[in-house]
Amino acid sequence: MLLSLMIFIPLIGMVAVLLLPRESEELIKRVTLLFTLIPLALAVYLFISYDRSNGGTQYVHGPVPWIEAFNIQYHIGIDGLSVTLLLLTALLGPICVIASWRNIEKGIKAYMALFLLLETGMLGFFAALDLFLFYVFFELTLLPMYFLIGVWGGPRREYAAIKFFLYTLFGSVLMLVAMIAVYLNSGEPGARIFDIPTLIALASTEGHALNDLNFQIWVFLGFFIGFAVKVPIFPFHTWLPDAHVEAPTAISVILAGILLKMGTYGLVRINMAMFPQGLDHFTNGIGFWGNSLALLGFINIVYGSFCALAQTDFKKLVAYSSIGHMGFVILGLAARNSEGITGAILQMFNHGVISAMLFLLVGVLYDRAHHREINGFGGLGSRMPVYTGITTLAFMASLGLPGLSGFVGEALSLLGAYDKFKMLTILSTIGIVVGAAYFLWTLQRVFLGTLNPKYEALPEINGREILTLVPLGILTIVLGVWPNFAIDMFRESVTNLINLL
Amino acid sequence: MESLKNIESLLYFSPEILLVIFAVAVIILDLVVKDRESVAVAYLSLVGCLCTFAAVLFTHFSFGDEGPVSLFLGMIHLDAFSSFFKVLLLLATAATILFSLRSEELDARLKGEYYALLLAITLGMFLMASSTNLLMIFISLETVSLTSYILAGFLTHSPRSSEAAFKYITYGAVASGTMLFGLSLLFGMAGTGDLTQISGRLTELLASGEVAPLAVLIAITFVLAGVGYKIASVPFHMWSPDVYEGAPIPITAFLSVASKSAGFALFIRFFYAGFGSTELMQAVDWPFMLAIVSALTMTVGNLAALPQQNVKRLLAYSSIAHGGYLLMGGVLLTSEGVGAILFYLVVYLFMNLGAFYVVVLIANEVGSEMVEGYRGLSSRAPLVAWAMVIFLVSLAGIPPFAGFFGKWILFTAVLEQGYYWLALVGLLNSVVSLYYYARIVKAMFFEDAGEETTNVSFSTGTFALLSVFVIPTIFIGFINIFYTFSNISVSVIPMQ
Repeated sequence: MLLSLMIFIPLIGMVAVLLLPRESEELIKRVTLLFTLIPLALAVYLFISYDRSNGGTQYVHGPVPWIEAFNIQYHIGIDGLSVTLLLLTALLGPICVIASWRNIEKGIKAYMALFLLLETGMLGFFAALDLFLFYVFFELTLLPMYFLIGVWGGPRREYAAIKFFLYTLFGSVLMLVAMIAVYLNSGEPGARIFDIPTLIALASTEGHALNDLNFQIWVFLGFFIGFAVKVPIFPFHTWLPDAHVEAPTAISVILAGILLKMGTYGLVRINMAMFPQGLDHFTNGIGFWGNSLALLGFINIVYGSFCALAQTDFKKLVAYSSIGHMGFVILGLAARNSEGITGAILQMFNHGVISAMLFLLVGVLYDRAHHREINGFGGLGSRMPVYTGITTLAFMASLGLPGLSGFVGEALSLLGAYDKFKMLTILSTIGIVVGAAYFLWTLQRVFLGTLNPKYEALPEINGREILTLVPLGILTIVLGVWPNFAIDMFRESVTNLINLL
Repeated sequence: MESLKNIESLLYFSPEILLVIFAVAVIILDLVVKDRESVAVAYLSLVGCLCTFAAVLFTHFSFGDEGPVSLFLGMIHLDAFSSFFKVLLLLATAATILFSLRSEELDARLKGEYYALLLAITLGMFLMASSTNLLMIFISLETVSLTSYILAGFLTHSPRSSEAAFKYITYGAVASGTMLFGLSLLFGMAGTGDLTQISGRLTELLASGEVAPLAVLIAITFVLAGVGYKIASVPFHMWSPDVYEGAPIPITAFLSVASKSAGFALFIRFFYAGFGSTELMQAVDWPFMLAIVSALTMTVGNLAALPQQNVKRLLAYSSIAHGGYLLMGGVLLTSEGVGAILFYLVVYLFMNLGAFYVVVLIANEVGSEMVEGYRGLSSRAPLVAWAMVIFLVSLAGIPPFAGFFGKWILFTAVLEQGYYWLALVGLLNSVVSLYYYARIVKAMFFEDAGEETTNVSFSTGTFALLSVFVIPTIFIGFINIFYTFSNISVSVIPMQ
């Protein structure tokens, strides 16, 4: 019940916002903030009260029959992985509302309403235990995102919005085919189900139609492409730089922080848990197909990093660095061992926090200078010391400096992957080196050197902006020195997952 | 099954009789009322729809509920299937009357004829949904066709409308001629016009070798020309964009929904009841032929819609594509397939009529049917713009709207029969379709209106009618009863 409340409170908030008059903008913002703070409070409560010693599903609501003709149920619940990502989602909610406080000039009412709808979609996705519900929540994020990029975005927003929409929908329809195939093979007519825990159990039952290797491979592929577009995994990544560059700051934060995690979360929840044989086919380390998932992770890491190195647009640089960092998640998952999966999940959370910081920081600079050309700055360190300090922290965290959170996730992923894919793992470390290179080089070009005379009057980062960054900054430091803070949450869940593989 | 004689059948036939009475009453009222601006005839036809609706419920629950009743010596059937379509068609007719009331393009002097014809075409569609005899099938189809020609050309001052009517007649004449030829071949081979007996006769004749499978295939293909013309499937779809563009918008809406639904009713009854037996299909593989037609129809519809600048024309191609999706359910020969068609038709009725209603509103207020005319609508008329978004996104099949649930059960039925290629074609098509629906959304939300920045205001009645379409488009998928309803209606169609 608590969980349902958390998911649907933003939706209630959306209705509330829609009922408010269009002119009372301050009120709309405050109401939105309130309706994102409540889920945050609930998420913190769940995070604290979640029984860590038991990695199973908790706070279950349902199954409540929904569409009986197809045995579709309303069934939600959380395990350690879900609760971690729910916390991340709930945390970024109010941060994004605050970040949008002054930057959104037109149609604030529609913006906030769509944002709340988006939040419901994301929260519901991470908690859904019914495959159909899972898909509906997954798709529910599409439409608000399309509008948020298309209406409030930059100059090429129309192109970026439709590209995002079409790419994701393309992935989703393949996922839909796979989902229907799973449903149809789950039992005799009338006894077919969508219930994820039951499906997972059936898929590992010897002799069941879902257990068939060939079937698992195909269905794995269908789901994989759906999620790969979202992650995004090379070669489905091209929508991401466009979407990020055009999206308003807060939406970039959500995109990088949460939406990309939806892809990797789906890989863990569906592809790995439900189709272990399919997974085995792509990650057993034998031949081309056996290395394919790790190979994709490697390509993401190296390709993303080199692309980031070549960027002169600050936001595009961060976008490509996201592609690179998501590669570690894929690599860690491909390893299928405790270190790899733990590292991958930790990396999901850390990347959510760090990339959110990076996009917020880019937004701060863009709001002042109205451009993002890295070479157009210089010497900002003397003008904006606080901003420079926070940016340096975020950069260091992102490039994987030990002691900050980015390091732990990547190190664990590599550690796990080295066990199985030695060559690919060694080559993947190139990504870390290049990552250090582009972040340090950017640091040098933007903050060091002589101050560009144009920016002598650039105001320092203000209190509201610092407010959005501080919680994230604290998290990067805390998780850097005390990663068990997060790992404890999902340790048992990871063990449960590995038992399935 | 014992057929009722003519006089006994009349009570069971009361919905159709009521439609005739009201059509005549509309004409008489039009003669009596002197005031040209009066909308009394429209309201009378609405009352007619309401009375007919009551009669449909009455006949269904008193007679049709227990099983099919054969009327007029086997000419038509009263069963759950036909009642389902009658309700659907009445909804479409009532909506069209309400649209016409608000439409400003119709000639006030011809109101009486207009509404009388609308009731007449509904009668024809009722018959299409219940005919079980080859002759009756042809007559009902012609009733609908001839009336549609007139209605499509109803804008007497518009050359486009006349062109539409003329094209419609030309194509229609060829299609019905071909169909009639096919029907006569069937009649000649089977020696009966009764659909319930044709299957058995043909199976016998094919087994004994007296009839060549090719002859049956040719006959079926010819009949398909007539049916395919009604549901605008490739290659009989060419008339529809021109007719949809030229006809008055309410008629376009009506044709795209009601005409298509009636076409599918006829299609399902003809092929399932008449040609559904396994032996027959071993000789004549018509489902495969239909699968190809279905894939082509949706692909052609969607690809042709991509570059359209006229919203009516765009929706015309989109409706061709939807005909293709629906046809997928028709090739399956399973009750799930037919159930999915029926469910989808309900969903399609609301979302497509809703979209056309917005087109009527915009044509009235902005004076444009082009995509450019929709620019900046989000700030000029936000509620209407959002309603349009819901209709378009639902048409594209994106959750959580009803269109998604419609596609979902359709594709589930298709995959269940192992038509993986067809399902993939369908799903990729729905990705393509998103692009052109999004173009309208883009114009409404992402582009500025230019000089035209005044707000467009609509009456409360407009919003009330709009919500009649918006609310089902959002919620139908979540409500169990609709799934059950369409499944019950299927049960009367014999499945082999």
